[in-house]
Amino acid sequence: MSRNDYEVIIGLEVHVELSTKTKIFCSCPTEFGGEPNTHTCPICMAMPGTLPVLNEKVVEYAVKAGLATNCEVSRDSKNDRKNYFYPDTPRAYQISQYDKPLCENGYIEIETNGDKKKIGITRIHIEDDAGKLNHDDFGGESLVDLNRAGVPLIEIVSEPDLRNAEEVEKYMRKLKSILEYIEVSDCKMQEGSFRGDINVSVHKPGEPYGTRTEMKNMNSFRSIARAIEYEVERQIDILEEGRKVEQESLRWDDVSGKTFSMRDKEDAEDYRYFPEPDLVAIKLSEEYIQNIKNTLPELPESRKERYLKQYELSEKDANIITSSKYLSDLFESAIKECDNPKAVNNWIISDISRILNEKEMEAIDIPFNGEELGKLVILIDKGIISSSIGKKVLTELFEEPKNPEDIIKEKGWIQISDEGAIKEIVMKILDSNPQSIADFKAGKDRALGFLVGQAMKETKGKANPKMLNEMFLEELKK
Amino acid sequence: MNITELTVHELQEKLENKEITLTEITKAYIDRINSKENDVQAFVTTLTDEALKKAEEIQNKKENEEITGEFAGIPIGIKDNICTKGVKTTCSSKMLENFVAPYNATVIEKLNEQNIINLGKLNMDEFAMGGSTEYSYFKKTRNPWNLNKVPGGSSGGSAAAVAANMVPWALGSDTGGSIRQPSSFCGVVGLKPTYGLVSRYGLVAFASSLDQIGPITKDVRDSSILLNLIVGHDEKDTTSVEMQKKDYTKALKNDVNGLKIGVPKEFFGEGINEEVKEALKKAIEKYKELGAKIEEFSLDISKYSLAAYYIIACAEASSNLGRFDGIRYGYRAKEYKNLKELYKKSRSEGFGEEVKRRIILGTYVLSSGYYDAYYKKAQKVRTLVMKEFNKGFEKYDVILTPTSPTVAFDIGSKTNNPLEMYLADICTVSVNVAGLPGISIPVGVDKQGMPIGMQLIGNKFQEETILNAAYTLEQQIKFRENYKPSF
Repeated sequence: MSRNDYEVIIGLEVHVELSTKTKIFCSCPTEFGGEPNTHTCPICMAMPGTLPVLNEKVVEYAVKAGLATNCEVSRDSKNDRKNYFYPDTPRAYQISQYDKPLCENGYIEIETNGDKKKIGITRIHIEDDAGKLNHDDFGGESLVDLNRAGVPLIEIVSEPDLRNAEEVEKYMRKLKSILEYIEVSDCKMQEGSFRGDINVSVHKPGEPYGTRTEMKNMNSFRSIARAIEYEVERQIDILEEGRKVEQESLRWDDVSGKTFSMRDKEDAEDYRYFPEPDLVAIKLSEEYIQNIKNTLPELPESRKERYLKQYELSEKDANIITSSKYLSDLFESAIKECDNPKAVNNWIISDISRILNEKEMEAIDIPFNGEELGKLVILIDKGIISSSIGKKVLTELFEEPKNPEDIIKEKGWIQISDEGAIKEIVMKILDSNPQSIADFKAGKDRALGFLVGQAMKETKGKANPKMLNEMFLEELKK
Repeated sequence: MNITELTVHELQEKLENKEITLTEITKAYIDRINSKENDVQAFVTTLTDEALKKAEEIQNKKENEEITGEFAGIPIGIKDNICTKGVKTTCSSKMLENFVAPYNATVIEKLNEQNIINLGKLNMDEFAMGGSTEYSYFKKTRNPWNLNKVPGGSSGGSAAAVAANMVPWALGSDTGGSIRQPSSFCGVVGLKPTYGLVSRYGLVAFASSLDQIGPITKDVRDSSILLNLIVGHDEKDTTSVEMQKKDYTKALKNDVNGLKIGVPKEFFGEGINEEVKEALKKAIEKYKELGAKIEEFSLDISKYSLAAYYIIACAEASSNLGRFDGIRYGYRAKEYKNLKELYKKSRSEGFGEEVKRRIILGTYVLSSGYYDAYYKKAQKVRTLVMKEFNKGFEKYDVILTPTSPTVAFDIGSKTNNPLEMYLADICTVSVNVAGLPGISIPVGVDKQGMPIGMQLIGNKFQEETILNAAYTLEQQIKFRENYKPSF
């Protein structure tokens, strides 16, 4: 039997760190990084006698996420304790939600092969993040950093509606962009603020679903795709050999390209969930939910439709730009400045995307704003700089963002468009290239290109290429 | 005049009349501690030097009118599970033998604002689990009425220290009777407020849905005064309730005419000592004489609440005590091969038998497959208990019961039989299960001279009703004047 004889079933639990200013149960900052254990207090360090107080913003953000993913929001919800011992969890329990999550029964849409597919969202619940263990060489010891302990998370649990790595990536990208749009998380994958546990099982069509394994804490699209491919193959191999897939948690190792078992089987955890007695039930009024609904911003889907109509972008470009709120916001503020959507679109799709790729940056990290990008487009449109100078300006914007007008002034990149000056250059180049003149006259049009190139080189790219072209032609025809 | 025999309101009167100074008061208590601590063993930590310095400071400021707080400069004793910044909070456990909290409990902040002086931290059953203070890792506190008897528990240090005049009043905590039962054993007044009336922030949690901090005092007036000082919504404790500020001393009207008192017959049945019953009958007669309407009724909840109580309390405790893992603070085993062993050894060595027993019980009842049969069922019982009480309070203002089935028992007589020890809580736990206020006041002594306590239970946030009822009877019985500990 081959791999095509199996159906793959994938469900996701995505953990998203919310971008509230303070932690979920205390007033410590949620900021990433910082010296170990500096963003802590007696509460998030679980000193004896301390009590949690639920940050209302966390509820608001989770409800926003629920509404943006078509969930029903629970009017009556509560927190539960999930008990387990690990040094990154100072209370020895996580405060999560067990049987009454804030949001349930939602979905989002992805596109596969041109068709739309609904991916069900089982639930969204709130919980606190754990701290971090630093297993460095401190005499073989591990050190605990609790800066992250208590950073608010939402866990978004999908239905097992995904069938392959491509759908998983599309689902995650869509989810990420929705969460960015509603501004509840910065979704920085490399900082772990958007990460997924991936449940995979395989079975033959017509047979019941197979035993699933769970790959924990995946935070790059590339490793997710690789891990799914690997795990599907591994499970099929096991089944083909007549063995059974064990239900277990796995760790994906990016270097070896393999999954590894995380725990001993005998250690199957019993989390002993029970209602958190230190917190009162979460009761939400219709009015509260309606108010949040009213403040939801335009979501990627409707922005995309608007771009297609209003700016006549191609479907592909509109998809790329609206996939990220930051790109989309950059696009909109840039065209507000320069009123040239086509040009702004081109900058974003080609050069900006390329630089992001090269620098392994995400759109949120773009250091300049739309106004600066718009000004760059205006400079080109007005013929003050050439588009090749424009690319240099863009590189500068990534290095040190400021007004492009100041950049070209400082760097002396203003285009030479003065007729006298252009003429002087043209004459100089012609004087020193008699062979090219002869070539041109002999019918070799390429010689013109060469001469213009020489002139651009002479002026370090600053001469107006259109004027150069015209003036060379004029002189050569004399 | 023997200063340490006075109540706080009596001290206050003498201070106002300039008959005594704050320094004299604190000195008198320090002398008393120095002479009696050896017998009573009430303190885990004494702060006598610091207290004296503070008393002098406050005395000076008071003379220059630079200080606020009606009771500024009065000393207090604090149960050792209430966090005090810079002073050890041990919970009478090896686990926290050297633990110093980096913050103050909200009740301590409130007392500090009023310039009340902390005389020291008082002994208790380890992590408040027990009814005799014999489960303290450090020492066994003895009952001032008879040093061979237990003071009750878990706030045994607090009750014994008040009874022995080593502190004028104290704070205790009550999860299933831990304020009322030792108050009953030691012949003092103990009040467990309604769940949510006093902030739990800084009280080292035993069972979060049952724990409350409350006063242990020489009389009912002091109880009202101390309650005034510690109540109030705390934004650090979301289970604390927003309430209008009251003056509980205003409730003390010395009048119970027309007060409807229900006496549940199930609380006077088998297992309740005859002398206890006798003493309560006398109290009931007194109430009748004073014009209260007494009626016997049925409140058949106690054995179910006891079972529900131990399931809920142990379940919550098993989770609450998870943080004592030897990683960040507290006891850590000397040798361990790996993380798992660090946990196992630190917790095995750091916790005492009773604490481990309850952690194991609680872990069991929350385990998958057992949750529904135990924890969930216990929560249902809890709802039923509340309903039964509600029915009672439709008819009565106050429910009257014994505080404990017996008077104080001999040290060592029950430690080998945990179940018997649990049964001693039968009259008090249902009050915690239902989240109601309850007060214990002494109403007499048995033939051996050991105090007998009576419990008055009120409806939610009706502290004023039970305080007035207790006060009115106290004025008649005059326990403090008629009976005194043996030394």
